[in-house]
Amino acid sequence: MLKFKSLKKTTRTAVTSYGIILVAFAIMFPLQQFGLLSNAMAGQLVPICTYIVMAISLNLTVGVLGELSLGHAGFMSVGAFCGAITSSALQEVIPAAPLRLLVAIIIGGIFAGIAGLLVGIPVLRLRGDYLAIVTLAFGEIIRNIINCLYVGVDKRGLHISMKDIASLGMENGRVIINGPQGAVGITRISTFASGIVLILFTLFIVLNLMNSRTGRAITAIRDNRIAAESVGISITKYKLTAFITSSVLAGMAGALYAMNFSTVAAKKFDFNTSILILVFVVLGGMGNITGSIIATTILYMVPEILREFSDYRMLIYAIVLILVMLFTNSAKAKLFRERVFDFVLRRKKNEEEEGVKND
Amino acid sequence: MAFLTNLINGLSLGSVYAIIALGYTMVYGIAKMLNFAHGDVIMVGAYIAYITMSSLGLPSFVAIIFAMIVCTVLGIVIERLAYKPLRQATSLAVLITAIGVSYFLQNAALLIFGSAPVSFRSVVKIPALKLFGGELIVTGESMVTVIACIIIMIALTIFTKKSKMGKAMRAVSEDKGAAELMGINVNVTISATFAIGSALAAIAGVLLCSAYPVLMPTTGSMPGIKAFTAAVFGGIGSIPGAMVGGLLLGVIETFSKFYISTELSDAIVFAVLIIVLLVKPTGILGKKISEKV
Repeated sequence: MLKFKSLKKTTRTAVTSYGIILVAFAIMFPLQQFGLLSNAMAGQLVPICTYIVMAISLNLTVGVLGELSLGHAGFMSVGAFCGAITSSALQEVIPAAPLRLLVAIIIGGIFAGIAGLLVGIPVLRLRGDYLAIVTLAFGEIIRNIINCLYVGVDKRGLHISMKDIASLGMENGRVIINGPQGAVGITRISTFASGIVLILFTLFIVLNLMNSRTGRAITAIRDNRIAAESVGISITKYKLTAFITSSVLAGMAGALYAMNFSTVAAKKFDFNTSILILVFVVLGGMGNITGSIIATTILYMVPEILREFSDYRMLIYAIVLILVMLFTNSAKAKLFRERVFDFVLRRKKNEEEEGVKND
Repeated sequence: MAFLTNLINGLSLGSVYAIIALGYTMVYGIAKMLNFAHGDVIMVGAYIAYITMSSLGLPSFVAIIFAMIVCTVLGIVIERLAYKPLRQATSLAVLITAIGVSYFLQNAALLIFGSAPVSFRSVVKIPALKLFGGELIVTGESMVTVIACIIIMIALTIFTKKSKMGKAMRAVSEDKGAAELMGINVNVTISATFAIGSALAAIAGVLLCSAYPVLMPTTGSMPGIKAFTAAVFGGIGSIPGAMVGGLLLGVIETFSKFYISTELSDAIVFAVLIIVLLVKPTGILGKKISEKV
């Protein structure tokens, strides 16, 4: 334990984050393989993985960059539908499922990244909470467009229409996206292992980015934009880097999510989903990657655990959410905690006071 | 004639958005928070009015008053219990709490009233006005909504300009600390803002459900989001801005539904919002705040 504490802080974060994921995998994978998990539990494995990736990537925007995003599910949606189209269209070309999944995830990520670029370029130049409103609007626009999008594939290639299936003009083709029903007839190729690999990849990207020169520039912008600008950090460039990385990862998570179900509708990725992910990030701690992982896992499981309360579970969830926020953030609760844990805190407090005197 | 019909429908829908947006904008101006539970207060107001009318059999006028009283109390209670302890916390913490309150209201309504939509009986008894030999029909609901919106707008402007509480509200929104030093009770002022916003939400809920008579626990969320965009559209924090934003949003939505596509109307509304924000980041009537270094 002493050795662990003597490590550098960044190394410690990395070790805990990777460690949690690998341990979770080592426990859950055999259980899943031998069919020891209940059906409900086994069905939640891939969604939990995708939500962890979503939370980590949103944490990059909200926690590390310090810009509020209310439309993260929009990027997930772009990734999900681009991934679904890729996977369905390449069914004959790439028969091997894992390779097809990989290609679908990459394509989903690329398109979500393009969407992030389009949203980010104009908005990140502005100051204030504009990203929140514009991402909210973007999420709604994407949901709306996919709701009336029809895509099919036949021998001649992809057919896209905004009207109905008949206007696709296909010969013996297969419908991939069917308007309000969303993507239909997806082959379910996502696996728990692929979810874990995607989380590890996300951790690798985000943790390395945070500890790089770019990452330090991004945190500098968050902490004091004017000071950062005056030492020559290009605000727009670094903001865009963080935002696009975040949207690419969200798109990848979306593609993985879509491949876990046979049908996915656009309304799955609405404002409430964006908010849900934001709740994971805030409760896990802003800028704290390990916190995001733990909060997502716990909060995703809470409604499942509360299932026996059936109708009351979402009500309880809401109350728990409010109480946790009050307990962790209100001034009175802070005072109360300090009093209760006084003997723990006394030493630290004394040190602080001495620090103040010395100043 | 189609143009006029759509314009009137748009103004009527826009008036509802404007009344909701006023609640958002006032709360944002004073407490600097996005009150995401505002949309659900609309739903509560509509349910209260519905129960008063259909279960208790009271006239619609009493129903509106009763809904306003309940929502006012609800607004104050929410503020006292959930937001007041977080005055010093980060805005994101307050936002998440507001989301928690929104979940709470929706799910409480789901338990009490059930998920099945109920059909709301219109509170307006005025017959529709037929103009140009019956070609242009103006429903009683549209007239009442637009008139209500104008009255509320004028009353609020006078209230904030002339009354003592209104002046206190403007002072608190400008500088909380300085206002406190001048002897203004900040907590009471903020509570009053929530009370007014929630009372307006009750009126908006009744009017919304009179025009579109389907009421269920999620009724408030979409109009809530749209009214929030309307508030941003007009310049958040500004009362005339909320009015202009709401009306424009309603008209744009109705026109794009009629002339372009029913399914894409929401996308068009939000796209217009993005364009407006890019050209004028503070919204149509928003004040430009110069940056202090």
